[in-house]
Amino acid sequence: MRVLTRGRRVVVAVISAAALVGVAACSDDGDEPGEDADITLVIDIFGEQGFGYDELYAQFETDHPNITIEERGGGLGLGDYNERLVQQITAGAGAGDVVALEEGTIVQFYAQTDRFVNLADHGASDLQGNFLPWKWEQGAPGGFVLGLGTDVGSMALCYRNDVLEAAGLPTDRAELAGMWPTWEDFIAVGEQFVAAGIEQKFVDAATNFYNTVLMQVAGNGTGYTYYDIENNLALDNPDIRTAWDLTIRMIEADLSANLNSFSDEWNAGFQSGSFATIGCPAWMTGVISGAAGDDNAGNWNLTDAPGEGGNWGGSFLAVTAESEHPAEAAELVTFLTGPDGQTAAFEALGNLPSSPQALAGPEVQQASNAYFSDAPTGQIFGAGAADFQPVYLGPQNNAVRTEFENALRSVEQGERTPDQAWQDAQDNAAAIG
Amino acid sequence: MAAVDVKSPAVPWRVRLARLDRMGSPYLYVAPFFILFAVFGLYPLGYTGALALTDQSPLDPQTSFVGLDNFATLAGDPKFWTAVRNTLGMFVLATVPQLLLALALANWLNRALRGIGLFRIAVAIPIVTSTAVVALVFGMFFARDYGLVNWVLEGVGIGGIDWRAERYAAWVAIASMVDWRWTGYNALIYLAAMQAIPRNLYEVAEIDGASRTRQFWQITVPLLQPTIIFTVIISTIGGMQLFVEPLLFTSGAGALSGGTLGQFQTVTMYLVQTMRAYHQWGYAAAIALLLFGLIVLVSAVNFLLVRRIRGER
Repeated sequence: MRVLTRGRRVVVAVISAAALVGVAACSDDGDEPGEDADITLVIDIFGEQGFGYDELYAQFETDHPNITIEERGGGLGLGDYNERLVQQITAGAGAGDVVALEEGTIVQFYAQTDRFVNLADHGASDLQGNFLPWKWEQGAPGGFVLGLGTDVGSMALCYRNDVLEAAGLPTDRAELAGMWPTWEDFIAVGEQFVAAGIEQKFVDAATNFYNTVLMQVAGNGTGYTYYDIENNLALDNPDIRTAWDLTIRMIEADLSANLNSFSDEWNAGFQSGSFATIGCPAWMTGVISGAAGDDNAGNWNLTDAPGEGGNWGGSFLAVTAESEHPAEAAELVTFLTGPDGQTAAFEALGNLPSSPQALAGPEVQQASNAYFSDAPTGQIFGAGAADFQPVYLGPQNNAVRTEFENALRSVEQGERTPDQAWQDAQDNAAAIG
Repeated sequence: MAAVDVKSPAVPWRVRLARLDRMGSPYLYVAPFFILFAVFGLYPLGYTGALALTDQSPLDPQTSFVGLDNFATLAGDPKFWTAVRNTLGMFVLATVPQLLLALALANWLNRALRGIGLFRIAVAIPIVTSTAVVALVFGMFFARDYGLVNWVLEGVGIGGIDWRAERYAAWVAIASMVDWRWTGYNALIYLAAMQAIPRNLYEVAEIDGASRTRQFWQITVPLLQPTIIFTVIISTIGGMQLFVEPLLFTSGAGALSGGTLGQFQTVTMYLVQTMRAYHQWGYAAAIALLLFGLIVLVSAVNFLLVRRIRGER
């Protein structure tokens, strides 16, 4: 490359500066209000597999030729995504026009509704019937429609046919579901698995087991986990203790492969089959097929989880107050979260709709997943979705949950006794407040 | 300039201007750095100080002044002191062997061997690899189930180690990452300083019958003292702010916790966790200030220590 002399450099700098001013001027022109001005809507989502919206974007863009949709955040983990989002929302700059809020993190933004567009101002109030009642409530604190629901995390249990077979256990969906009506029974099946003496473990790790059980127990119990519905820390919630004790029993029965969720080893485990089962909210099916790869199609299967119903995860779409095109952004949110949009996302990725119409529709009811040995995913996941007991999650839910997960994993690692770990979790969670 | 003329008509304005130029322009030349420093260094420092006295959090629209409460909480926060202990432990474990090794390496590279240039370049290679890549590769070396290190350990009959569960094992693994990256860098600095030492000193020593070892300790090391102090201070600052290596040592969820019990959570990791995961911005600011103090303190101790060692020898 040619080296610029000082004089040339100055010229280049001046030209670049002029060009920048020119660009700024042009974009000013672009902001002129007008029906057909070309606009770009930025949507922020998270997760290794994204939200499965590609076809919906194309359709929306066809219907609105002046709108281009730019999606950011695919491949980003929820933790990283949410840290960034909190900063952007607090700063009032940098966030997209549309942002995804997860069930466990939306509560953080209840205190900052002034940073979001009230979707009720864009006709969302008429859409209440499109969502399960509790899903609507979560997205509309105090009547302010902060976000419209996308998916729910209905619970099932995913398992490896080949690994269970190696341990001499059945692989039939109905037969397995009949063997574990409760989590105690599930642990008993695990003990049978251990008795077979094979190298693999029964469960991936304590953390997924614990979260699955807690969300289920809390749904049928107090209706909240670490925070009560007034956002006070409620570490003495008996549901936490129930889920904790079950998890400790599971660890002590030597059922756990002791893998950190979302780690390389965990992902590799889906592929190599180093564990037989995993608690499976609807969104987990996408995680599994992504991590295990095409070679394992047909090795995985899924059936009813032990216990009664339960929900873990699921998201919302919101429009930020900083958006320059709130009307168009709200229209996009309404489109994506409508029954048809949710059905399309379910078909693309397996995220279970939060819309009763979509849940009852033939696309969901008759859906089966070829990857998961043709399991009727729509029926299994959709079965209890309408009767879910919602679980209220407090503002620092994810941070407190991490402390409990760490404590359980320290027991798994043999670094702490269950009593010490329980105390650790209590102390650390109390410090977060 | 008219005002200047009125004030002192005896001195022509050209002379005054020249004097002003001589006295003033040096300040003008250094001004860009100090202006930038004020904007990006001093202002954030002051802001952090103010923030540390509040309970600001993005979850709470109300911010109130809490005085020194954050520092009082910090004094009794076991997670903070665990993080301090981890940071200091990993710092010692990483820096002492690193600088000794760098010194030996530099001494060896200082010889006139055929193809020595190639070796000198070779030690610089780890510096240009990204920390993230080093951390990922070492993370695989030290993996529990299929890691290379455990494979070797099991091969010789010692048995695998859960590198992320046991505190000291984790420290060793992370320290090895740091050393891999920075030993060559320090060796090059030492080498440059060694080449500035006059050859005739060694020739005289050789005539007097001093061995190579003796020459190294009595000529090379004393004359390298300013350089050694420099590398110790730089390593101290880097070591106290250790972040990427221990963060990427956890694969998957909960990386900021630095292990299930904070086995390898450093102060900077706890600082970021407090800010981003707990949303306690005021408290995080207090941690940042204490970390600043800690770096100054450890640097001062190291400075005195290095001088002292030289004095005794």
